[in-house]
Amino acid sequence: MNIRILAGTVVMAAAVTLSVSGIAFADRDDDDRGIFKRTATVPAVTSKLYAAECGSCHFAYQPGWLPARSWKKMMGTLDQHFGENAELGQQSGDAITRYLVAESADVRPNRKSRKILRSIGPDETPLRISTLRYMLNKHDEIPKRFIEGNPKVGSRANCAACHSEASNGYFNEHGVNIPGHGPWED
Amino acid sequence: MKTVTIILLCMAALPVSASEAVIAQMQSSYRAEGTTGFSAERGESLWRQTQTQQTSGKPVSCTTCHSGNLRDAGSHIRTGKRIEPMAFSMAGADRLNDPEKIEKWFLRNCKWTLGRECTAQEKGDFLSYFLSR
Repeated sequence: MNIRILAGTVVMAAAVTLSVSGIAFADRDDDDRGIFKRTATVPAVTSKLYAAECGSCHFAYQPGWLPARSWKKMMGTLDQHFGENAELGQQSGDAITRYLVAESADVRPNRKSRKILRSIGPDETPLRISTLRYMLNKHDEIPKRFIEGNPKVGSRANCAACHSEASNGYFNEHGVNIPGHGPWED
Repeated sequence: MKTVTIILLCMAALPVSASEAVIAQMQSSYRAEGTTGFSAERGESLWRQTQTQQTSGKPVSCTTCHSGNLRDAGSHIRTGKRIEPMAFSMAGADRLNDPEKIEKWFLRNCKWTLGRECTAQEKGDFLSYFLSR
């Protein structure tokens, strides 16, 4: 009897230790889930139409970076799109809106998207991904000369300039290569 | 064997003639809207004409993003993304061959640059200008 209790305690202790160490690994860098599995920060773009229409002018930001209400507002104001006219035909526009909403941060569950959402107030409908509070916090240690003052980067909106696997949805710092400066480790 | 060769030659020639046909078809539909002949020179002069952009107050022209030479690649004024050359002689098989895409960019870029949509005459002139280079 005593032996069974002892054995049970050992098993429980082992289980608790393992799960705690799992959490520790996961929290070391929130883009790395443990040491065995590499997960995309946000799910990669799957719509060819979106990639072609929106990606012809700028990085095709994954839908998981913004909540559905932001994408709806964005797609409703394409004729004044950050100072550009990006009007689309009704059919393409509707199809892209459907895709963005279905994959948006508050519709498709994703660890990173939940963090992004927590940085957005319930009464806010942000359009600029590069100035989300989450994004500002993530880049607060990077000197301005690496981004704004770097002609090969220019802005945080130019994700793929430094994040070598951005188009696959990977944004963790190990994939960072700042043009003219090299990798970034903090 | 001869037939096969001819078919192969035709297939190799297809992409170029396809976009040429698309442009010809677009110009003929502009003609149906009551335009006269099209002129590459007129196209070029509007292409290079500097306008004051209504929204920003800045001087802009088509060359702001497309570069001063149709045979060169341009780059998006804001995002820096590469814009393939507009000259027909430089266009790959996947360029200037989709009427919807061409109309979409005429609509967006005429509004951005000129603050209004382009007329059928102006669009036809632009196409002639692309064809001439």
